[in-house]
Amino acid sequence: MTMGTRPPDTLPREAVAELLLDLADDEFVIGFWDSEWTGIAPMLEEDVATSSISQDEIGHARALYEMLASLTGDDADRIAFGREPEDYRHAALLNHPRTDWAFTVARRYLYETADAVRLEALARSSYEPLARLVAKMRREERYHLMHLDAWLTRLAEGGADARGRLAAALEHLWADAQAVFTPPGHEAALLEAGVLPEPMAALRRRWAGEVGERVQSLGLPPLDPTVGAPTDGRTRRTDGFRWLHGEFTMVARSDPGATW
Amino acid sequence: MVAAGDPRDAVVWAALDEVPDPEIPTISVVELGVIRGFAFEPMVAGGERLAVELLPTFVGCPAIDVMLQTVGERLRALDVADEVSVELSFAEPWTSDRISAEGREKLRAGGFAPPHLVEIATASAPFGGELAMLDVASCPYCGSRNTTLDNPFGPTLCRAIYHCEDCHQPFEQFKAV
Repeated sequence: MTMGTRPPDTLPREAVAELLLDLADDEFVIGFWDSEWTGIAPMLEEDVATSSISQDEIGHARALYEMLASLTGDDADRIAFGREPEDYRHAALLNHPRTDWAFTVARRYLYETADAVRLEALARSSYEPLARLVAKMRREERYHLMHLDAWLTRLAEGGADARGRLAAALEHLWADAQAVFTPPGHEAALLEAGVLPEPMAALRRRWAGEVGERVQSLGLPPLDPTVGAPTDGRTRRTDGFRWLHGEFTMVARSDPGATW
Repeated sequence: MVAAGDPRDAVVWAALDEVPDPEIPTISVVELGVIRGFAFEPMVAGGERLAVELLPTFVGCPAIDVMLQTVGERLRALDVADEVSVELSFAEPWTSDRISAEGREKLRAGGFAPPHLVEIATASAPFGGELAMLDVASCPYCGSRNTTLDNPFGPTLCRAIYHCEDCHQPFEQFKAV
């Protein structure tokens, strides 16, 4: 898989590479977490749905890793499977183990909505390979949003236990969800080049406003609108993630350098 | 990108139309609309390359590698250029509207409801216009529109699962994207 297009010389390559890694790691890690539900989701239809959504996300990660690899002369499989846990750059929201179904729905709802706001902006990126891939990804992500909004509604209206678990998970995850919008280290360069059309802080405010309204419309407890993005939002790693890393690198580690 | 009037073009299109989709083999890659185009390009070292652009139906479709390979093999067998390259392209998003009329009929005959034509209402709708994606699927067995969506996700990334309330058959729809 190659993207083909050679970036112009004015491209802040290091900054673009960092942005691509953030995006790819988010998709990769949530894809692996939720693939853990395959076979044990609350119902058969959901087994199929959550597996399909996870496959989409890992596919998006693959395309992003390929784009990154062609930009930096690296290898996509090495980037995906050949790093230590501390070198991953996914948002802190994605450190948490999948826990129970309400937790998974809360986490994925927060992630999908944040990703939608981010992708809407990146579809306007001056970096054409990214803008094109994002245009394609957004068509698939629509189904994820629709599905997760349906689950959010179902749990919110599903009686005291479901509602309580959902509300607790949303509150627990809210601060770490802000980390999806942790500004990349070279954000100014990305903004100046138009690679990132809007600052992450502006995207985060838009997302928090939309999610806040949706949560309010379901009569769930309000989420604190003043919470900001944590400074270690993309560098903090946990034992939960170290366990997942051990799982998803197991095959690659068993035969380093193998091709299949 | 197809050069007008090259007599080899028709031969290439005909050969591509013989390559089946790996997951739904009743339909060809041409009918599926994944061939964006092709061109005969001069190579630096001399000779000519037939370069094909292939649009993935879904970014994470695991059949992509098989598609690239089978398209390449079929075209190399034609012997119309010194080299053949088949590249994955995101130059424009593949949408289910690219499936041809013949392709839609073949899907139906194969037991798959074809996707409805998508008018993408993305700009104004929250989080990307998701409601534009859902419509009633017609049962490929009895033609009834009295059907219900069981699951927008199915056995492959590109399929949704429906149930016909009239003939009581479960069936799959090629998803609208």
